[in-house]
Amino acid sequence: MQLPLGVEIPIPTFEQFIFLQVALLTAVAAMAVVTSRNLFHSALALTLTFFGVAGIYVFLEAEFLAVSQILVYVGAIAMLIAFSIMLTRSMMYGRTSPLNHQWGKSSLFAFLFFMGLLAFVSAIPWPAAGEPVLADEALIAALGKEFVTSYIIAFEVLGLLLLLALVGAVMLARDR
Amino acid sequence: MVPLSWYLMLAAFLFSCGLYGALARRNAIAILMSIELMLNAANINLVAFWRHGVGPMEDLTGQVFALLIIGLAAAEAAVGLALIIAVYRERRTIDVEKLDVLAG
Repeated sequence: MQLPLGVEIPIPTFEQFIFLQVALLTAVAAMAVVTSRNLFHSALALTLTFFGVAGIYVFLEAEFLAVSQILVYVGAIAMLIAFSIMLTRSMMYGRTSPLNHQWGKSSLFAFLFFMGLLAFVSAIPWPAAGEPVLADEALIAALGKEFVTSYIIAFEVLGLLLLLALVGAVMLARDR
Repeated sequence: MVPLSWYLMLAAFLFSCGLYGALARRNAIAILMSIELMLNAANINLVAFWRHGVGPMEDLTGQVFALLIIGLAAAEAAVGLALIIAVYRERRTIDVEKLDVLAG
């Protein structure tokens, strides 16, 4: 599309158009997480953000990761957070401000940080497109093989860590 | 094909949102949620760089890292929320401005 001033506006392809929708949904939900006064609304917006990020993974052709994201984040973490909010009801309904005294400085810092990252990202000439990946189970099979060969130690340590976190969480939250 | 920089910009926005939330919110659970946002932003970056890197079919390190981070986030959320509940039981508040016993 050519504007009168000679500025070229690239018309997004269909895939890019859908990506923009998903990205916008994710970004708006993330905004809602940190700005909502009601903590429970924050948790619901966080769930929406997790769904949006799973959509982004689908765009990146990492389907297994998208399913893991929904299983772990939406299925487990969002649920845990919702239960914790219900167990600690004191500040749920926004009778006091949800922000602490340094929110002004923090928002300025976060905004400047975002602007710096944007400038950094747009200044670098990134490769235009990735190499094609096969759209079948070969990728997931390769991922599983990586986990039990090259990354076996990380995999085992993660399993141990999850067990310890489970025991630790029960110990900490137990009623004495 | 969606350009790599779009993914990076989205991740930068999510990370900045999480950073603001972690610094400015008073409720400990809200801070934990902001940390989850930042972890998700980092994960998007890892997967985007995996997809646009050299040989995404041969070198799966980016995806492996993202999966490990998802597992770590689950452990972190479980322990963090258990800590918050324990603190709430003790002090009847999870306002981080009032939890200053260790402040000098």
